[in-house]
Amino acid sequence: MQYAILCYHAEDVVCAWSKEQDDAVMSKLMVVHERIAKAGKLGPVARLMPTTAATTLRKDQDPPLVLDGPFAETKEQLLGFYIVDGESLDDALNIARDLATANPGGAYEIRPIMFYETGSAAK
Amino acid sequence: MTDLTWIHAALTSARPQVVAALLRYFRNLDTAEEAFQEACLRALKTWPANGPPRDPSSWLIMVGRNSAIDAARRQSKQQPLPADDLISNLDDAEAALADQLDGAGYRDDILRLLFICCHPELPATQQIAMALRVVCGLSVAQIARAFLVSESAMEQRITRAKARIGKAEVPFEVPGAVERSERLAAVAGTIYLIFNEGYSASGDTISDRGALCDEGIRLARLLLRLFPSEPEIMGLTALMLLQHARAAARFDGEGAIILLEDQDRSLWNRRQIHEGLAMLDKAIRHRRPGAYQIQAAIAGLHANAKTFDQTDWAQIEALYASLEVVQPSPVVSLNRAVALSKVRGPQAALDMIEPLAARLSGYFYFFGLKGHLLKQLGRVDDAREAFNHAISLANSTAEAAHIRNQLDRLMKDNSLAENHKIKKN
Repeated sequence: MQYAILCYHAEDVVCAWSKEQDDAVMSKLMVVHERIAKAGKLGPVARLMPTTAATTLRKDQDPPLVLDGPFAETKEQLLGFYIVDGESLDDALNIARDLATANPGGAYEIRPIMFYETGSAAK
Repeated sequence: MTDLTWIHAALTSARPQVVAALLRYFRNLDTAEEAFQEACLRALKTWPANGPPRDPSSWLIMVGRNSAIDAARRQSKQQPLPADDLISNLDDAEAALADQLDGAGYRDDILRLLFICCHPELPATQQIAMALRVVCGLSVAQIARAFLVSESAMEQRITRAKARIGKAEVPFEVPGAVERSERLAAVAGTIYLIFNEGYSASGDTISDRGALCDEGIRLARLLLRLFPSEPEIMGLTALMLLQHARAAARFDGEGAIILLEDQDRSLWNRRQIHEGLAMLDKAIRHRRPGAYQIQAAIAGLHANAKTFDQTDWAQIEALYASLEVVQPSPVVSLNRAVALSKVRGPQAALDMIEPLAARLSGYFYFFGLKGHLLKQLGRVDDAREAFNHAISLANSTAEAAHIRNQLDRLMKDNSLAENHKIKKN
């Protein structure tokens, strides 16, 4: 089963990290990524720009309304996501726990994927 | 990352909101700062053991407020503050306060705090010192180092600024639309000043002042989260990201300036460039151009050029022309002349800057550019005179060294040419 691991963290805290702190987290994460990839379970990975770079299209009206900023004002923001292939929820949770050791703080939301298409956009 | 570094990051990021809220309660900057300090001390005591609270800002506001009230009570010998283990579990209190914080109220709280620090009545140096101390939470020693003054001098500068603000009496009512946009513009101006203090650092000062660029960007992001639809705040953020992206390529090992044309573009920070361009895209969609957006667009064109020769100078020249309209200044005209020299040659640029001579007679870059243009035109003696003038006006050893280098090259090229002539004869 494919799962999305949605990464939430307080953005202003992450933005307050020094470059050294950020680099340290990223290099620890790379080690874990490699481990998951070797097990053949790692799909696409994305780290998102800060929510200040976000734009929202509200489509509950016609024509849709373009708004600056993220969809929801939350205390912790969606800052990235993984697609992983887990044998079970437990397996997906273990992958998330592994990632958490490299990147503590915030939360991972594990969501089974209903429909998945690799798409055609060039890398 | 250890608990302590995480807590430190959490306290730093919570600071503007917490101090702003405490300022609203106590209407006194010193009390608000002391209350925040006290709350941080308690956080350092209780968070490592109990884990950080769900909402650090609310926790800090609550604890800070309680401790300041308690301090006032203690002076009149009343109830003591509850023990640490009691105040460390504030879930209920947090919930109520969190609701309050979700309102738009805290937005004006933070803007008020920023505006007080960036108050137009303060001289620029005091604005910068106040914003760095009160909003960013840099220590007096850190700020003093960045500005090459003693700690006591910086302390004095901040004390003086606070006294001045006390007299200025910034109203605590929710500001009207016009007032709000005036405050925004003042705050944006100070943020860019802070950034520029870091950006203009060179040589020995890079390590102490370079951090000011990060603080500027952090403050702009904060402002943008509060006012997500302001194109000029987007423009300011984009501008700083695009300029800061070049940081690693701007100096050599000795701290000497490397000009844009000689920079190793592979050292540019692509992540910051992409974010800057994304912000600029968002801003332009509003079709309300302004000085920050135009400057960001110029920086964006530089960032997008694969090599110096592929720079879209015609477009840059046009952007400087519109910047001249929005924000007329001889310095902008000078930059426009640089672009013009690439499009239409050194003589056209020289013609453009000649009328500025009177207004820019004390300006290092004016003579640097003049020398450069004269050199291109082969007017060696005039070029040397302009370069010498530039050196006498240099603000830093790096600037002076850069011009001296130009001068050496000029003399060398010239003597080679002379030798060549002699041999030919």
